Amino acid sequence: MGFLSSVKPVCIVLISFAVLALLSFGANAEDSPKPTTTKPPAKPTEHGPIYTAPPQPLPEPEKSYLPLFTLNYPRVQIPFEITLWVLLASFAKIGFHVYHKITIWVPETCLLISIGLIVGAIMHSVHEQPPAVLTSSVFFLYMLPPIVLDSAYFMPTQPFFENVGTVLWFSIVGTLWNSIGVGICLYGVCQIPALGVQDINLQENLLFASIISAVDPVAVLAVFEDVNINEQLYIVAFGESLFNDAVTVVLYNLFNHVAELPVVDAADVFLGVLRFFLVGLGGMLFGLVFGFVAAFTTRFTRKVREIEPLFIFMYSYLAYLLAELLSISSIMAIVTCALTMKYYVEENVSQRSCTTIRHVIKMLGTVSETLIFFFLGVVTITTDHEWNWGYILFTILFAQIWRGLGIVVLTQIINPFRTIPFNFKDQFGLSYGGLRGAITFALAYTLPNTIIRKKLFITATIAIIIFTVFIQGISIRPIIELMNVRKTNWKLGTINVEIHTRLMEHITAGVEDLCGQWSHHSLKDKFMRFNNRFIRKILIRDNRPESSIVALYKKLELQNAMEVLDTISGDISAAPSLISLHEEKASNKSSFKPKRTFLASDLTAMHEILSKNMYKIRERTMSYTNKHTLPNDSRAREILVRRHTSIRRSLRARSFQGSESARSQKYFSLPLGQSLDTGYATESIRLNADGDPALELHNRSVRPKPRPRSKQPRFSTTRARLDPLQELHSTVNMEDEVRAEESSHRPSRQSSSSSNSRSRAPLQRHSSLGTPSVGEDDPEGDEQQLESPPPAWTPEPPDRGSGGPRNPLLRRAQWKPQDK
Amino acid sequence: MGSTSSTLSKIPNADELIQETGFTSAHLARLFERFEALDKDKKGYLSPQDFEAIKELALNPICDRIIGAFFSSGQEMLDFSSFVRILAHFRPIDNNRTKEPNSPDPINSRINKLKFAFQLYDQDKDGKISRNELLQVLRAMLEKQVTEEQLESIADRTIQEADLDRDDAISFEEFRKSLEKVNIDHKMSIRFLR
Repeated sequence: MGFLSSVKPVCIVLISFAVLALLSFGANAEDSPKPTTTKPPAKPTEHGPIYTAPPQPLPEPEKSYLPLFTLNYPRVQIPFEITLWVLLASFAKIGFHVYHKITIWVPETCLLISIGLIVGAIMHSVHEQPPAVLTSSVFFLYMLPPIVLDSAYFMPTQPFFENVGTVLWFSIVGTLWNSIGVGICLYGVCQIPALGVQDINLQENLLFASIISAVDPVAVLAVFEDVNINEQLYIVAFGESLFNDAVTVVLYNLFNHVAELPVVDAADVFLGVLRFFLVGLGGMLFGLVFGFVAAFTTRFTRKVREIEPLFIFMYSYLAYLLAELLSISSIMAIVTCALTMKYYVEENVSQRSCTTIRHVIKMLGTVSETLIFFFLGVVTITTDHEWNWGYILFTILFAQIWRGLGIVVLTQIINPFRTIPFNFKDQFGLSYGGLRGAITFALAYTLPNTIIRKKLFITATIAIIIFTVFIQGISIRPIIELMNVRKTNWKLGTINVEIHTRLMEHITAGVEDLCGQWSHHSLKDKFMRFNNRFIRKILIRDNRPESSIVALYKKLELQNAMEVLDTISGDISAAPSLISLHEEKASNKSSFKPKRTFLASDLTAMHEILSKNMYKIRERTMSYTNKHTLPNDSRAREILVRRHTSIRRSLRARSFQGSESARSQKYFSLPLGQSLDTGYATESIRLNADGDPALELHNRSVRPKPRPRSKQPRFSTTRARLDPLQELHSTVNMEDEVRAEESSHRPSRQSSSSSNSRSRAPLQRHSSLGTPSVGEDDPEGDEQQLESPPPAWTPEPPDRGSGGPRNPLLRRAQWKPQDK
Repeated sequence: MGSTSSTLSKIPNADELIQETGFTSAHLARLFERFEALDKDKKGYLSPQDFEAIKELALNPICDRIIGAFFSSGQEMLDFSSFVRILAHFRPIDNNRTKEPNSPDPINSRINKLKFAFQLYDQDKDGKISRNELLQVLRAMLEKQVTEEQLESIADRTIQEADLDRDDAISFEEFRKSLEKVNIDHKMSIRFLR
């Protein structure tokens, strides 16, 4: 993609939305309809569309003809303009990703503001005014809730609760520190006659300071994520931005009220402080209540899945509005609502609803934020500014100083209480990442007009936003990478890690109890216990308390399954059916569709199917043609599994030793009823010679195109091998269903088989399952299972450490019996 | 609470303990008070019943293993120095400690913390966590939440993930390796013991 070719679409995009902008603005500016009949404007003109009034009946009895084309703009004006704006802003977002490297170095907010600036310039040049839609009520009622809900819903809960003290400390105390510090300093600056701002009194300064202390590190969070910064820093930055909004809005309202008072005395200050706490805690309480009610409602929505997401949105929005009604902190309300709701709701609703909820929340939040930044850009050019060098520069200076100072001081105080203290680099990252954003702008823009110097404040706010977003936003990425801030090593944890860390947490909680101390471990334990005993029973429909260990295990299995499919999905036509079967089971499981009876065994069955499907995938692809030879298909399956795994590995073209083997190990197993010596001896060729005739037979029947087993270059073999795989599906599908039915009726069998199986032989389980589902000679099949594995069993990764013949099958066959 | 020095004088070989465990004298005094508070019959040592009497501890799913870790060699009496030595495992790691090459690791080093956790799994002390031992711990931690099936699957998966030498058990090295990316200090430290 040459740069030139990517510039062209950018230009087209730019031009098209400039035109769209003019369209909407022109329409807005028109104040009197021209009484002409014209076609609806198909192409934009410089003067905007011309629209007609409905045909006026003329005084003379002249015949007026039915107008062929009419235009009735005022009717659709408002929704039309909103849609155009949103579309415009979204085009801008598309445009950024045309040249994708831009978004790495320049945060999206910068780009949005730039586009806004361009559009504003265009509008200014044609003397249009931006639509006066950003009023206080529109902002607070429509644009702010999605942004806050978005942040709150996607906050990772566990790290958040571990760091909740720090987060609240930084957001509440930090914001207070910033506002008051900057406010007082600015007030001091105002006293300097040279700047000509002496008419700004203390309250107004404090108000302004509180506005600009609202940190909005959206851009910085994106950078943090990209750089994989350590979790603690990320979560504190995230949490701080969220709660900081709440504090800012509260302070804003407080100071707004106070600013209107002619005189402020001690009682007002005291009341102010009291109100602050009341408002915050009240908001939290509200949010909790609504969160629980929402969770409770979703317990009953099994039959009305289509409107499940609606409940989430409505409840959170209701929490917000009610809090606004009572003038308590609506942001706290919606945040707490989202946090409490999320955990329970995601267990009650179906998988699709869950996805819908997340997507819609993300979408609304993004739209809202985009619009605000875009608007910022437009307003920058089109409003009259009142520029005051001194005031503005001092504002920026003080804001930076106080933020840095605040972070350092606060960190010093709270570090002793943290198990992972923040080091200097973290602190720098946190303070430098304090960009100002959407909320700051909106709050400034919606200042009441009673403030004399409103224009100055708006100008100063815009200045500081642009300064922080552009300069800090662009430079933070190289700086962070240069400074080598502590990174995280997070990836989807292994089961091991989950189990062991849980154990350690229990140990620590226990020892804490022993010492008679409490800390967040024991609190967490207590809360989880309470949660499991009471809350979950009430709020969750089908209360099967699922430990995080089990959840992680399922997730990992599913992931493995998907990976397997990924590697062969290109060639396997039946793969979709596999996945859909998979997902259906998975979603069934996760949505806890309650069955009438057999809950435990159904769960078992589903779990089996989930975990065994993975193995089955290989089986499926392998043993397709075994539909008629069921009693022996296990062996064929063995071969095919092994072949498949080698294909998988060779597809990945990785080395066959070491780590990968640990994973693919799982799918190896010993053929039924055979010891390692027979049929799978070290000599590759013996595979043909030894073993059962049945084996031979199966090999032949299995592979429609017999392939020579010797000496083929690796990749051609694999590719060739993939063809037989294609045919292998439908039988296994059938087998699966049979198996599924059977399994639900035979939990005992499963338990015996699974208790026998090792991780290295999941296939055995399948085989054991296979036999019951297939034939009626179940008991023997099982006994056979039980006996065969222990004696002869030391499966090794076929090529661990050994060169081996290039033929994957041969390679795999090189199990060394009794080697370990 | 009595003054530190008076409490310290009651503790036999207090200085040695301070040296060995790295606790400060204030901490040691506090722990001694706790020890005495737990020792309801004033025996001068603790028995498993004293531990079980702590009700929050009794609610812990692995409380018997924790108690077992304290009374490691089957003895029934836990004196103060052993008590403190085991608790020293939970001191947060001090990163500023200079490493003398020949001195042994302090009790609260990462390796020792891991060893402590390992020994909670490994009840028969053969140096490996066998599948059964893992199953027992899992059963204790997951209680009635999962079926036996799932437990087994999970145990299998765990061993499969960690077991590098394919002996169907997790040795200490494998244990340590699987946790190399985890911040053990964070998980196994009690802050007030710093």
